[in-house]
Amino acid sequence: MIPWVLRGLRDGVVTTSWPAGSDPYFDDWRGPVTIVGQGPQDHADLAAICPTGAIADRPGGGVAVDRGRCILCARCVRERPDLFGWSRGAATADLTRAGLVVPEITETSDSLAAVRAALAARTRALRRSVHVRHVDCGSDGSDEQEIAALLNPVYDIARLGMFFTASPRHADVLLATGAGAHGMAEPLRRTYDGMPEPKIVIAVGTDAVSGGLLAGSYATSGGIGAVVPVDLWVPGSPPPPFAILHALLAALGKLPAGREAAGREAESGRP
Amino acid sequence: MTGLWDQVVDMVAAGRRFAGLMGTQCGDALQLSAHLASAGEISTCELLLPPGATSYPALTPLLGSAFWYERELHDLFGIVPDGHPRLEPLILPGEHSVPRHVLAPGLFTISHGPVRSGVTESIEYLIQTPGEDIPHLNVRVFYKHRGIEKRFEDLAAADGVLLAERVEGVASVAHALAYSHAAERIAGAAEVPWRAALIRVLHAELERLVAHLDVAVRLCDAAGLAAATARFGVHKERLMRLVGQMCGSRFGRGVVVPGGVSAMPMVGAADVLTELGRMERAITADAKAAMGTASFLDRLRNTGPLRPERAAEHGALGPVGKASGYRDDARATRPYDAYPALGLGEPPEHQAGDALARLRVRWDEVRQSFHLLRQAADELADAADGPLRVSCAVESGRAVGWAEAAHGEVLYDLCAQAGQITRCRPRSASFHNLVLFHEVFAGDILTDFPFIEASFGLPVAGVAL
Repeated sequence: MIPWVLRGLRDGVVTTSWPAGSDPYFDDWRGPVTIVGQGPQDHADLAAICPTGAIADRPGGGVAVDRGRCILCARCVRERPDLFGWSRGAATADLTRAGLVVPEITETSDSLAAVRAALAARTRALRRSVHVRHVDCGSDGSDEQEIAALLNPVYDIARLGMFFTASPRHADVLLATGAGAHGMAEPLRRTYDGMPEPKIVIAVGTDAVSGGLLAGSYATSGGIGAVVPVDLWVPGSPPPPFAILHALLAALGKLPAGREAAGREAESGRP
Repeated sequence: MTGLWDQVVDMVAAGRRFAGLMGTQCGDALQLSAHLASAGEISTCELLLPPGATSYPALTPLLGSAFWYERELHDLFGIVPDGHPRLEPLILPGEHSVPRHVLAPGLFTISHGPVRSGVTESIEYLIQTPGEDIPHLNVRVFYKHRGIEKRFEDLAAADGVLLAERVEGVASVAHALAYSHAAERIAGAAEVPWRAALIRVLHAELERLVAHLDVAVRLCDAAGLAAATARFGVHKERLMRLVGQMCGSRFGRGVVVPGGVSAMPMVGAADVLTELGRMERAITADAKAAMGTASFLDRLRNTGPLRPERAAEHGALGPVGKASGYRDDARATRPYDAYPALGLGEPPEHQAGDALARLRVRWDEVRQSFHLLRQAADELADAADGPLRVSCAVESGRAVGWAEAAHGEVLYDLCAQAGQITRCRPRSASFHNLVLFHEVFAGDILTDFPFIEASFGLPVAGVAL
């Protein structure tokens, strides 16, 4: 029988070269729904297509999609391919909740730059050794699998100086998943309070961003934003490991030049 | 009242498996439905309590497996099962503090959760220990309660499958299947087209492989077997990528719809077969190596044993039941979709009931899954073109649907009225099996805990819906 050490060497290096290099699995990831056209529209019908109410009128005409509510059920893409399509790439995270709405409504690039600069100032001390604490606030369990996948040799976040920690006292980043179940509000708040400054909160997954399908439930608060302040929003049901990794690096200002784009810029230029 | 319970107890004594007890509000009155599984079907015994009734004689003293089900009824409907041994909150969020009472002098309680080390779902284990042993343990599952059952009632029957996929994210396909089977039964839909039945099996078996590999990762990680943890982690990632390439979701979401499937896989059957062949060789070799690593097996042998009598008495589901010699696999005993036409191969034959036996069952099931996947992909390559779904217009009615997830049988009790869901109660394998966690710590110590938990391999999301 081959000993484990040789067995471990069998397939050579399987680790992605991203973010230093590119990875087709990152670039070709079928991301959240986006607007591909502004054809003839009947808005009442359009809103009814979406089971989570992610489709809405855009002030000033046209239609908008809130990716923070999108559960990727593909219904709109199937029914109105002239209006809706998939975006490409796992760079889906955004610094503001409003920034998840496409096409953009409120943010200007100036205010976005200000948000980014403020976050960068807070995280300057955290660059080389970052400890991450995860809290499940009522997820369906898939988000946890995708976060845990960051530890496998394909993504291997330890190579980027990031580690999971058990104690909130050692944690710099809080990854929160789930729709914000009321039962987890207190444990989440206590975990957040137990973390030293500076600290970053990342809402992982559509459930954490908006509550997803459970937004109106009596037992959830429609996302974790109602309990703790959120710095970065990652849509997806669930988001793939690359999207979570991208969000972690974006929060820390560790994305190499040319890859800072969070979500919306990455999409521009692609149909 | 007691007449119904006698009937249920007699049926269980005659070899049926108690599969669940559920409540449905009918106007002022509460209807209790006990589900009993046998070869070929799941039958339901029903009883309408008098309007305004606040209590009924408990079933638990007669049938221990109703323990959690009656606590849930109490939480959600406020009805008191008279004579229930411990009526603490199970589903609805309650007390966060550590209980002051322990079973005996010299014990203290370690509150393990709900926020635990590593990346895990939220659950709390209250472990009573004198220092090393675990003489008693309690589980608090209510932290993740999301109000799923009520949320179903806002949805049209055609949309319910979206929520079903999110009841237990790691068993999305199995939940979608169980829901769709219930919906198809209400609609009186024709059998799903052959290709759709095959695609359903493909995704269900891939999901099983991923879940079993996840357990292998956790067990190896608990044993500190770094190379094995990494290897199984890579295999799991590759399988999830294959699923993602086939349907656009790494969890197989959006594939199963009432009446069939939504689309053909985006990967050709020949390519699926090639990739599966490579995966099977790699996984089989690594599994064999793991099962030959003495330091690993030492941690699993005799750890967390579930006695065969208890497994049978409780009707333990999935690998937990099979490892203790209790085999009720819905794919074999109540087959659906393409399973009746495909060969399942040798069923796992194990009795020991410890963590090692549970892992052996999973490797046997991995072998079975590859066997099924090969047949399904072969058949799919040869299958004639045609529609992928039949019409499934859910009007009014009630039906039970089931599917075998990696963790055990998933059951859906679905009621619809004019195309709208009026009640939907998903019963995950976790809800039924997790209560057995109380009983498997005979002689085990704190460091065995991660092995026992991982060997049960139950997602928490499906417990307190």
